[in-house]
Amino acid sequence: MYLFPRQLGITITLSHEQEPLGTAGPLGLAREILEKDAEPFFVLNSDVICSYPFKKMLELHHSHGKEGTIVVTKVEEPSKYGVVVYNPTSGQIDRFVEKPKIFVSNKINAGIYIFSPTVLKRIQVKFMSLEKEVFPFMAQDGQLFAFDLEGFWMDIGQPKDFLRGMALYLSHVRQTSPERLAEGDSFVGNVLVDPSAKIGQGCRIGPSVVIGPNVIIEDGVCLSSSTVLRGARICSHAWVQSSIIGWQSVVGKWVRMESVSVLGEDVIIQDELYVNGARILPHKNITVSSPDPQIIM
Amino acid sequence: MWHPDVREILLIGFYNQSQQMSRFVDDMQRKYGIPIRYLQEYAPLGTAGGIYHFRDQILRGNPRAFFVFNSDVCCDFPVWEMAQFHSNVTGGNGYVILGTEANEQQALSYGCIVEEPSTHKVLHYVEKPETFVSNIINAGGYIFSPDIFQHLTRAFTANYENELIHDAARDSIDLHSSVLTPLAGNGDGGKLYVYKMNSGFWTQVKNAGHAIYANRLYLSLFKERHPEYLATNTPGGHEIYGAVRIHPSAQIDSSAVLGPNVYVGAGVVIGAGARVREAIVLDRAVIQEHSCVLHSIVGWDCVLGAWSRIEGYPSDLNPNDPVAKITSESLFNLDGRLNPSITILGQGVSVHSELIVLNTVVLPHKELTSSYKNQIIL
Repeated sequence: MYLFPRQLGITITLSHEQEPLGTAGPLGLAREILEKDAEPFFVLNSDVICSYPFKKMLELHHSHGKEGTIVVTKVEEPSKYGVVVYNPTSGQIDRFVEKPKIFVSNKINAGIYIFSPTVLKRIQVKFMSLEKEVFPFMAQDGQLFAFDLEGFWMDIGQPKDFLRGMALYLSHVRQTSPERLAEGDSFVGNVLVDPSAKIGQGCRIGPSVVIGPNVIIEDGVCLSSSTVLRGARICSHAWVQSSIIGWQSVVGKWVRMESVSVLGEDVIIQDELYVNGARILPHKNITVSSPDPQIIM
Repeated sequence: MWHPDVREILLIGFYNQSQQMSRFVDDMQRKYGIPIRYLQEYAPLGTAGGIYHFRDQILRGNPRAFFVFNSDVCCDFPVWEMAQFHSNVTGGNGYVILGTEANEQQALSYGCIVEEPSTHKVLHYVEKPETFVSNIINAGGYIFSPDIFQHLTRAFTANYENELIHDAARDSIDLHSSVLTPLAGNGDGGKLYVYKMNSGFWTQVKNAGHAIYANRLYLSLFKERHPEYLATNTPGGHEIYGAVRIHPSAQIDSSAVLGPNVYVGAGVVIGAGARVREAIVLDRAVIQEHSCVLHSIVGWDCVLGAWSRIEGYPSDLNPNDPVAKITSESLFNLDGRLNPSITILGQGVSVHSELIVLNTVVLPHKELTSSYKNQIIL
C-alpha cells in the first residue's frame, strides 16, 4: 500500500464499510474526503475494465457543468444490464430502464462516473443504490449526462468474463503500447509477462496470457487465454487454457486444465491430473482429476 | 518354461487365417523351438467342438494326454504342477480341470467346481449358477487323456439326433454341458479331478480394458522371474517407474517418463517430455512431445499430437479382497452413458495436438480434430 502512492505521486485513503452500504452509501461514508474541495471526483466500480479515458471524461463533465456524468458503453445484450436512454446530441440522460424485455437502447451504464461533491446531498450513510435511488432523481432534475465510451469495456465479475476482459485489455495494449508485450519464440499473440517471472524452455505461451510477479513456468508448458497470479508455479509439460491460477498455486506436471478453471490462493494440483471447469477454493491439495465442472471446497 | 514332454501346440479358433496370425505363429515357433500351428474352424464350434473336429490332429503321435487352455485366460499357468498332478493323483489317465479361488459373489459368474478334499475329485460342476455352489471356479485350463473323445463323440452324436438343434449349431459342442457336468460326481468311474492353483493372479480378458489389467499382472511376473526383460533407469535416459517393458526397437526421448505398468511395442517413438503410465502402446505408434497417456491402449501406427492427453479409467479391484476378479461390466450404464473404462485407440488413429480423449473408444483410422469424452467414435 505504501509503494503505490510514492510511485504514482498520489495519496491513497481506504474507506472501509463496517456494514454493506450498497453503491451509494459508501460515498456518504467518505463525505469528508470527497467534500474537501469543490472539485469533481471519479467513481469507478472495481469489477469493470476499459481504456479509462479520464481526460476526455473530465472535459465532457466540465463542458456540461451539471452534477453527474455516467460513462455508457454499447453492448450486444443490453437486457442483461441496466439500459440508459439519453439525448444523443446534448448527452442529457432521460431515464434508465432495468433489464428491458424489448429493445429500448443498446447503451448501458458502464459503472464509471464523475460527480460534483454536491451529489452528496442526495446520499445518506445507509444502504443506498445509486442506480435506483440517486440516478433517477438526478435525471429528473436534468443533472445527469452520458459519456459515450469508445473502445473495449467488460464486466469482469465472472471468471469467464474476466478472461475475456483480459484478452480485450491485451489487444488494447497491443495497439497503444506494444513494447510492453512479450516477444520471442515462446510467445504467441498478446502476452504480458512480469519482469520477475521465469519461463522455461520449449514453452508455448499465449495468445492472451498475463503472467504475474515471481511466477515460474517450467519447461514444455503450453499456456493460453489464462491469468497466472503472483508466485504461482506451472510445472513441466502442463497444458493450461482459459484458466485463472491463484497466488502461490502449483499446477503439477502434465496437468491439463481448461474450461475456465479457477484456482484460489495456494492450491496444489498434483501431477498428471485433468481439471475441467473446476472452481477450487484456497489451500486445497487436489489429488484426483475433476473432469466435470464443479466447485471444490 | 515348458514341460519337456510337450511336443506341439495347436491354436484352434474361428478367426480368419491372416498375415498377423501367421507371423505370430512363426515368431513364437522360432522363439520357443516348438512346433505351433493355427487350425481354423469352419464355423464357430463352441468350447469343445473344435477339439472334437480336430481330434485327428490332436491324437497324432499318440500323446499320453493333452493340455487345453482357453485363450482368453491370463495367469501364471501351473503347467508343470498340473502335469505332475495328472500323473500322480489321477494315475495318468484321468481328466484335470484347473481351478482358482473367487469370492462368493463373483463365483456366480463362472463355472463352479465342488471338490472332494481328500481325493480332489470333482463332485459337482455347474456353469454360472444363480445361487452359491462353490468358490472354486473353472480357470479355463484342462488336461485330458485321449479317452475324453468318447464323451465328445457322444455329445456330437446327440446333437445330430436332436431335431430341435439348428443345422448351423449342430457341430458346436459346449464343453461344460457335454463333458464337465456329466463327468462330475462318479460319472465314468469318477475320472474328473480339480487342480487348484496355489497362488498368483488369474484373469480373463474379455475386452480390451482387461488387457491393461492383465498387462500389469504379467509385468509383475516378469519382475519376479525375468527382471532383465524390464526397462531400468539409466543416467541421462528416460525415467522409469515400476515395471515397464520396452521393445528394443522403440525410440524413447531421454526426457520422457514411463510407468508403472507400461508396454511399449516395436518401432514406437516417444517424444520429449511425454508421460505414459498404465498403458499398452502397440507397434509403430508415435507419441509426440509433452503428451500424457494414462490407462489407455494406443493401437498400431497411431499418432498422438503434442500436448495431447489420452486417458481412461482403470478397472481396479477391491484391494481388500485377495481373490477379487475383474468383472465384465456392460458398456453402458443405466443412464445410457458409457461406463468409465480404458480408452482405446484403434489402429492408425491420429489425434491432433492439445486435445483430450477421455473414456472413449476410437475405431481404426479415425482422425480426431477435437476433444472427445465418454464416447465411441465410429
